[in-house]
Amino acid sequence: MLSGLSSHLPVILVVLPLIAAPICVIFRSASLAWLIALIASWLCLGISIFLLEQVISNGPISYLLGNWPAPWGIEYKVDVLSAFVMLIVTSIGAIVMVFAPKSVQIEIPSDRTYLFYTMYLLTFAGLLGITITADAFNLFVFLEISSLSSYVLISLGAQRNALTAALRYLILGTVGATFYIIGVGLMYQMTGTLNISDLAERMPDVASTKTILIAVGFITVGIGLKLGLFPLHVWLPNAYAYAPSVVTAFLAATATKVAVYALLRVYFSIFGINLFSALPIAEVLLILGLIAIISMSTVAIYQNNAKRLLAYSSVAQVGYMVIGIGMLTITGLTATILHLFNHAVIKGALFLALAAVFYRIKSVKVEDMAGLGKAMPYTMAAFVAAGFSLIGVPSTVGFISKWYLILGALDKDWWLVAILIVVSSLLAVIYFWKVIEYAYFKNRPDGATEIRDVPLSMLIPIWVMVGSNFYFGLNTNFTISAAMKAATSLIGDAP
Amino acid sequence: MMLSNTILWAISIPLLGSIGILITRKIPNLRETVTLTTAVILFLVVSTLVPTVMAGERPSVTLLELVPGLNINFTVEPLGMLFGLVASGLWIINSIYSIGYMRGHNEKNQTRFYFFFAIALASAVGVAFAGNMLTLFFCYEILTLCTFPLVTHSGKPEAVRSGRIYLGILLGTSVGLQLVAIIWTWNVTGTLDFTEGGVLEGKVSATVISVLLFLYMYGIGKAALMPIHRWLPAAMVAPTPVSALLHAVAVVKAGVFTVLKVIIYIFGVDTLACISEDNWLMYIAAFTLIASSCVALTKDNLKARLAYSTISQLSYIVLGAALANGLGIMGGSMHIAMHAFGKITLFFCAGAIMVASHKTEISEMDGLGKVMPITFIAFLIGSLSVIGLPPLGGSWSKWYLMLSSADAGYTIFLLVFMVSSLLNIAYLMPIVARGFFSNPKPSKNSHDDHSENIGFWHGLQIGTIKEAPPFCLLAMTLSSLGCIVLFVYADYIYQLLAPITGLK
Repeated sequence: MLSGLSSHLPVILVVLPLIAAPICVIFRSASLAWLIALIASWLCLGISIFLLEQVISNGPISYLLGNWPAPWGIEYKVDVLSAFVMLIVTSIGAIVMVFAPKSVQIEIPSDRTYLFYTMYLLTFAGLLGITITADAFNLFVFLEISSLSSYVLISLGAQRNALTAALRYLILGTVGATFYIIGVGLMYQMTGTLNISDLAERMPDVASTKTILIAVGFITVGIGLKLGLFPLHVWLPNAYAYAPSVVTAFLAATATKVAVYALLRVYFSIFGINLFSALPIAEVLLILGLIAIISMSTVAIYQNNAKRLLAYSSVAQVGYMVIGIGMLTITGLTATILHLFNHAVIKGALFLALAAVFYRIKSVKVEDMAGLGKAMPYTMAAFVAAGFSLIGVPSTVGFISKWYLILGALDKDWWLVAILIVVSSLLAVIYFWKVIEYAYFKNRPDGATEIRDVPLSMLIPIWVMVGSNFYFGLNTNFTISAAMKAATSLIGDAP
Repeated sequence: MMLSNTILWAISIPLLGSIGILITRKIPNLRETVTLTTAVILFLVVSTLVPTVMAGERPSVTLLELVPGLNINFTVEPLGMLFGLVASGLWIINSIYSIGYMRGHNEKNQTRFYFFFAIALASAVGVAFAGNMLTLFFCYEILTLCTFPLVTHSGKPEAVRSGRIYLGILLGTSVGLQLVAIIWTWNVTGTLDFTEGGVLEGKVSATVISVLLFLYMYGIGKAALMPIHRWLPAAMVAPTPVSALLHAVAVVKAGVFTVLKVIIYIFGVDTLACISEDNWLMYIAAFTLIASSCVALTKDNLKARLAYSTISQLSYIVLGAALANGLGIMGGSMHIAMHAFGKITLFFCAGAIMVASHKTEISEMDGLGKVMPITFIAFLIGSLSVIGLPPLGGSWSKWYLMLSSADAGYTIFLLVFMVSSLLNIAYLMPIVARGFFSNPKPSKNSHDDHSENIGFWHGLQIGTIKEAPPFCLLAMTLSSLGCIVLFVYADYIYQLLAPITGLK
């Protein structure tokens, strides 16, 4: 077991960024704030790697806040799934922070830069809190911390549209959080507890009551709003398109993943697999997922703004994840959990590349990207490579996700599902290729200013992200075994 | 251990070469030397595997485990050995040709061209040596992607349009059908290794086998069965060396090679023979064979005519595989090599004509044989080999294919092969006849009198003869000699392939 300082690591993981945030406000210096955020992110990455190792070799870690025993006090619990998602959040955060300063410099007014880092740290802490807490109400608190701060992050976008995008997200996000807390309230009313494992114990007795079924509905819609589950995704494209580039990269790679995590937690760790025989949730998720992967990929084809194009693609990718949940098999859940990681590195790489594009040409409109293949060869090569991963070309992480998802569908003899998944990845080829053709086969407009590729401090993080698309696409031991372990423990949670 | 290193070297050499090409991009002569050296070394390395494979061994190397139980594995067996030899051997000749063509034609972005060419070769060798279906699929997809910049080399709008067709069909079929077939196979059999006798026997019903056959055959878009053949004529927008090596040899042969691999090692020839009562594949292949020959007749553009001829010849191989007997496999596999040499020669000639006299349409080529005698003699040899007349290589593979259809009891396919040979004569011979026996029409093409374009890199002029650049001539001489050599030494190929066909 853990001893000494290391036994407090679970809480340090959350407290560290939470304390770092107000420190940024005190100093009000952009570069100092950046340094603090950078250090906090990397420390958290270190902690989550350590925790993941511990969990894989020694089993789940439980941490009691203030030493109050579990049902009364708040419990933090790290198992393979939560450690895996923590690793996603912290590694994306760490890489994005290395990339951030230059991009932030031109996109966010200098007098507000320290606020950006403050808000980033709060979001970061909130997301980590969601993954680590074992308390349904505490989860709501962290959900709100991360959401409120991400509204601010989005509203920092340079265009005025960012404000309306943030407002829309604020309204829908608040509705989502409220729905979630109503669901938790109903559960509390029936069981008298908020601790997740305690809830799971008492749930079988009351599982078939109307109140619990209604609670499930509220929670599903509430988290569905957060994760951009079709058709609750309407806030997402604008929020991603108008947020500062770095914010988009960070949120796209982490926020929806954490929401999927919360959904998995509630479904499998609280209600257990029996829930799905009481309510047609799996069917609903499956159908919504299928509609998402086809319709949203189609919509993506018609976007002129590359960020918005990728945002719609994200909604489609969330579709893949919920399809995996809808399968209710270990293979299906493995596909979902794998895709959490894989999609994070795919979208992280793509949005960082777009951030680099914006840094140079002050636009991410597809037609403005004409001729960039020559002008910014390294950035665009990264974009192409990450795009291959999005499509699911072999040797990339995208291929591995798709492999498991299709395998899961074939396991259940769901032919139509397998075919639709394939069709959707072909749609991805189309929307992605649109950008490629502009970048490589069109020339820069006459009279456009000469541009060079972005500096190394941006290229390296981009290529680290792209590299991990290929590294984890070829060396899959770690991701697959972690995802399988997590999936097995979720299904095994069923009484 | 030694041999597994050899396999890895065979795949890495072209990759290392591609890096060398990038490094030497400022000095074109050095860059071309790198390409040529890489090609020669690759061929030598691949050749060192021949004695081992002939002796019945199957050298193998496993790299990574992708999904539990599924590895990236390379194993050399006779069919892959043959394809590897053909692809790497012709790369040498094609590189010689490329130097002449790319300089003679003043093409831009030559570094990019040589770079992606080397990567394409690495993936072609990967396809040849793949030890399981997943590895093959990997290399197959990379081959598609790295040839895209070659197809769209000129960057003109029509190249972009053709590029879309190329990528759309090849990626669409491979992801949409082949990948599903592969995952399905994995799901029911738990293995994707290429196993003698196939892996499906007794695991699935005959109906499922038929469906899988459909998914595989139409998933392998590179084999260009109708109606998914459109990408091949579209790819003709590429510079001629690309059409020659990739779209007459490496890419399309990777397609039919995959067809053969799937039929021999995934389905198993015997399993397939059992369901051959309703084997639609034979009829589709026969239809493609005849129909595309007919389309070839109507094409006036030389490269387009050759492209349709390739589609037809690819179906010979698919038909051979579909006949599901030893002779068919032998004929089909042999045809990979025989057709490669014949067709690459024809494309070399088409490119040479384009460089030396700026003509692309057959109707403009009256009397051109007198101006470009070497090119037209090479064209004659290539044509005769494609038609399948002795003393040229192509006659052997057709011989075995016809034996195979007789053996399987399908006299109708004997007829198909014969009609097709006649059609081959009808669309290839007139070009030669026009070149040698017609008188040139008064030229409307102002290019004809441009003498400033003559020089070592742009062409050879002696009296009335105005030939292609020497490098091009050398390449086409070598490849047409190859057609003759293959006729004499076909027995070696037979010996190499005998173990997998069950023939003595």
